[in-house]
Amino acid sequence: MAAILEIENLQTQFFTSAGTVRAVDGITYSVNHGETVAIVGESGCGKSVSALSILRLIPDPPGRVVGGHIRFMGLDILALSDAEIRKVRGRRIAMVFQEPMTSLNPVLTIGRQLTETLEHHLGMGREASNARAVELLGMVGISDPQRRLAQYPHHLSGGMRQRVMIAMALSCEPELIIADEPTTALDVTIQAQILELMRDLSKRLGVALIIITHNLGVVARYADRVNVMYAGKIIEQGSALQIYHQPSHPYTLGLLNSVPRLDRPRQAKLDPIEGQPPDLTRLGAGCAFQPRCRFAVTRCAQEIPPLETVSEGHVSACWRRDDLGEKMRDAS
Amino acid sequence: MYAYIIKRLILMIPTLFGAAVLVFVLMRLVPGDVCEIKMAGDGAFVDPEAIEICRQNLGLNDPVYVQFGQVIWGYLTFDLGTSMWTGRDITHEIGLRFQLSLQVAFMATLVAILIAIPLGTISAIKQDTWIDYVVRTFSIAGIAMPSFWLGIMIILGLLITTQAWFGDPWMPPIVYVSPFEDLAGNLSQLIWPAVATGYRYSAVATRMTRSTLLEVLREDYVRTARAKGLLERVIINRHALKNAMLPVVTIFGIEFAFLIGGLVVTEQVFNLNGLGKLFVESVETSDFTMVQQLVMLVVVIFVFMNFLVDLLYAWLDPRIRYA
Ligand SMILES: Nc1ncnc2c1ncn2[C@@H]1O[C@H](COP(=O)(O)OP(=O)(O)OP(=O)(O)O)[C@@H](O)[C@H]1O
Ligand code: SF4
Ligand SMILES: [Mg+2]
Repeated sequence: MAAILEIENLQTQFFTSAGTVRAVDGITYSVNHGETVAIVGESGCGKSVSALSILRLIPDPPGRVVGGHIRFMGLDILALSDAEIRKVRGRRIAMVFQEPMTSLNPVLTIGRQLTETLEHHLGMGREASNARAVELLGMVGISDPQRRLAQYPHHLSGGMRQRVMIAMALSCEPELIIADEPTTALDVTIQAQILELMRDLSKRLGVALIIITHNLGVVARYADRVNVMYAGKIIEQGSALQIYHQPSHPYTLGLLNSVPRLDRPRQAKLDPIEGQPPDLTRLGAGCAFQPRCRFAVTRCAQEIPPLETVSEGHVSACWRRDDLGEKMRDAS
Repeated sequence: MYAYIIKRLILMIPTLFGAAVLVFVLMRLVPGDVCEIKMAGDGAFVDPEAIEICRQNLGLNDPVYVQFGQVIWGYLTFDLGTSMWTGRDITHEIGLRFQLSLQVAFMATLVAILIAIPLGTISAIKQDTWIDYVVRTFSIAGIAMPSFWLGIMIILGLLITTQAWFGDPWMPPIVYVSPFEDLAGNLSQLIWPAVATGYRYSAVATRMTRSTLLEVLREDYVRTARAKGLLERVIINRHALKNAMLPVVTIFGIEFAFLIGGLVVTEQVFNLNGLGKLFVESVETSDFTMVQQLVMLVVVIFVFMNFLVDLLYAWLDPRIRYA
């Protein structure tokens, strides 16, 4: 399958009074047509920034994409004019944000927020866009869609609002939807519903999906391929199966051990990764995970490990990915 | 909603009553009264008996509660009484000037809105560029420059430019004509004080518009709007401004009420016969009845503007529901 999105050595930085934040520090990945790709990592590792960079939504100042390439369906995203990127936003690449509570405009009706994209991108009239809005709300499982059009976001629960966000994202039939932690702010039961909904719709409509999350459990169920991020870099990349059954980076392993798993005895103890992620303004010379790594050796503090192949389609940036292999997994 | 409006209107009564008591008491705490000022104000000797008779006639010797009772009774019967200084009917005296003051306040507020919202918006969008600095300097100048001084400059400017262009100096007319009789004549008189005060009052609102808009532009829903590919113009107009208007509306409401009675010096400069001038004269002459009614007028407008602002809030922000 052909890649619709290719990101190559993307670097995004924030220039703040505290120094330059290397929020995204040279990441490379691709998304194929109709595929679901997950980006996983702890809070602050650059997931949102990498996603916002794709639509050129980084607030400037203080931030800027300082290097790399983003190619989407033959377009060089970073070279597009403002008018051209606006034709991509919402029309060909849509986004669902983390906070359904604050991501919808409180003073505009649900209907208005749905129809404005249809009117703007597809040139639909009032009536056509209203009819389409009703259809979209029905599609994401909102009852009584006609009546909802006149309601405001505060009339809806968090889960409902996220459904509205998804309807908004789907409205112009984009080729790619980026969902930035679409369920983090929701109840566990609602989380599953929303994720199922997104998976079903993306499969049915052939939309590619980038799901950003810090929950590896989500990844295992919904993603085809996974990028694990740490401190602005991708440190492991592979299929969901590979990442789940053959984690080849101590950080990925730590993430796996910090979520409950169905294939482990219930009593197995969950241990969160100790320590804090590094300050992105002053990254050291070696592996960024080294201060927290149980497997670190001298070399780790001196040289940054490159991404290297573990097996077909599976790469990891760890000096000890080979010689640790089995041992690492046993130790957990 | 209607229940809420009625409730608010009823709640105005204790507020107004409290204000009436306060003005009544404060006026009587100031030493001297209208009779002393009228008869002995120039320092000449006056028979104390004559002053006494004057007081007797005006009811100033009645017990305070009787005097206050009369004030309240006046409100209940829509009779504002007569001026202690001139003996003229207060409703008539205030009415004469109210039209002018209301119009100036209205126009000045309009000028302020027309200046503040576009400039505040541009300033926020172009934050930290030279445009932003120019706008901010312009609005700080508005605060720094007293409006009477600006008024004098406007009059001088008018005199000089008309002299240079038409050979004859022209000054705004001094006598008020109703806009319904002669709109051009009316505007040619009042537009200048409206600009002079409106500019000053735009300053606070410009800065408020700028700062709230900057805040709103950082909101998640603005990012959502951007991610939808909307034009920046639409994002500002549809998504940001309505949200940013809440605090700005409050400022305009309060300023409007103030403008009604507070334009003392500006009225002087432009030779306007407005409420501000009447106010000062009445205080100087200890004209208790007139001051009482003028203050109450301002209080009523203030309370009403507050009410109006609250209704506007509900209209701007659907999350606000009054019950
Ligand atoms: N506007 C900004 N100004 C300065 N630094 C920023 C800004 N936005 C993000 N950053 C920095 O970029 C880094 C990455 O942030 P990002 O939001 O991408 O994290 P994340 O992985 O999405 O985390 P989370 O799970 O909390 O959403 C953080 O260290 C953050 O401090
Ligand atoms: S490179 Fe060294 S410090 Fe980094 S993850 Fe591998 S073992 Fe740990
Ligand atoms: Mg994030």
